[in-house]
Amino acid sequence: MAVDEKAKLAAFEERIANGEKIEPKDWMPERYRKQLIRMISQHAHSELVGMLPEGNWITRAPSLRRKLTLLAKVQDEAGHGLYLYCAAETLGIDRDEMTEQLLSGKAKYSSIFNYPTLTWADIGTIGWLVDGAAIVNQTMLAKCSYGPYARANLRICKEENFHKRQGYEIISIMANGTDAQRRMVQDAVDRWWWPSLMMFGPPDTNSPNTEELMRWKVKLKSNDDLRQRFVNLTVPQARAVNVTLPDPDLKYNEETRNWEFGEIDWDEFYAVIKGHGPMNRERLEARRSAEERGQWVREAARAYAAKKQAKEVA
Amino acid sequence: MNATEPLWEVFLREKQGAPHEHAGSVHAADAEQALQNARDVYARRGRVLSIWVVQTSEIAATSPSDDGPFFEPGNEKAYRHPQFYSVPRGIKGV
Repeated sequence: MAVDEKAKLAAFEERIANGEKIEPKDWMPERYRKQLIRMISQHAHSELVGMLPEGNWITRAPSLRRKLTLLAKVQDEAGHGLYLYCAAETLGIDRDEMTEQLLSGKAKYSSIFNYPTLTWADIGTIGWLVDGAAIVNQTMLAKCSYGPYARANLRICKEENFHKRQGYEIISIMANGTDAQRRMVQDAVDRWWWPSLMMFGPPDTNSPNTEELMRWKVKLKSNDDLRQRFVNLTVPQARAVNVTLPDPDLKYNEETRNWEFGEIDWDEFYAVIKGHGPMNRERLEARRSAEERGQWVREAARAYAAKKQAKEVA
Repeated sequence: MNATEPLWEVFLREKQGAPHEHAGSVHAADAEQALQNARDVYARRGRVLSIWVVQTSEIAATSPSDDGPFFEPGNEKAYRHPQFYSVPRGIKGV
């Protein structure tokens, strides 16, 4: 590394250590830029792909109120994806490149969205557990060192609480409903619990990026710390509605004040990440088809803009 | 793949009497579509009174390296601040 680079890196790390935010035009190490582009684009893709499992239930929502809610929530996810794409663009990657990386399968998105939504209880469970886990993660990211990413997450967090609350409302109503509804809730929680824990990523012992990301305050807490926080928040919520979390090893440790939980099936996690989840193929096909079917709208808008501009010049 | 529509920066006024503040950006073919996209992306919860959009390429900005010389004239003038001046003890409202 050239002497000049070394001095710049030292100054950069000092700014981070002092709690300063890094803005788009500031000097930053290439690694920092690359890691952020990877993280932010993955996060953006997750928001967009995350619309699909829930969109699946819009036409079958059990009441008009639920349908309005679900439509608003799915639209929020699209908005969140766009906040994040625009944060990634400040780092010098353009939107088309990110879309192409998603559609070609080169870029990843959260493994959670490769599971199917089989019943209405899944919609409640996603709001409660999946959005609940996302909030834990995004609350941390709202304080990260990169200004545009922190601000996008702040905006997301403000809206995400409604997502969690509407989900928990569905769960609490169904859990107090008929036997069939109670069974439906329990079945959904049994299927979503472990994948929700996997959302925080691999364990700290197998997370090669964590050390660097924490030093640069891209992340402020490790995957395992965030996961533990989520479990601690969720266990009392499950008990309050008499739902059993599917983990026989779950127990409270008086000393650490943590809910200790059983072994996560990391083989399943890595298999889903590699594309072998139940819904990987359908999700990407849906994204590709949306991109293709929206093509004429974008072309028409461009043609209209060009025509209008030509008129103004004339 | 498409040629991406141009990027527009979005500014929102969220309170009566408050200034417009930068919220983020959107892609759009023209100003009208940029305003509609900005509304759908940044104003889904009401509370927004007014939106400005401006094409990103039209914004002129200082760069971080200007930090020293460009802003120097403002940094050195302590006499532009009230603390620079002393007044007799016990005087109020000055």
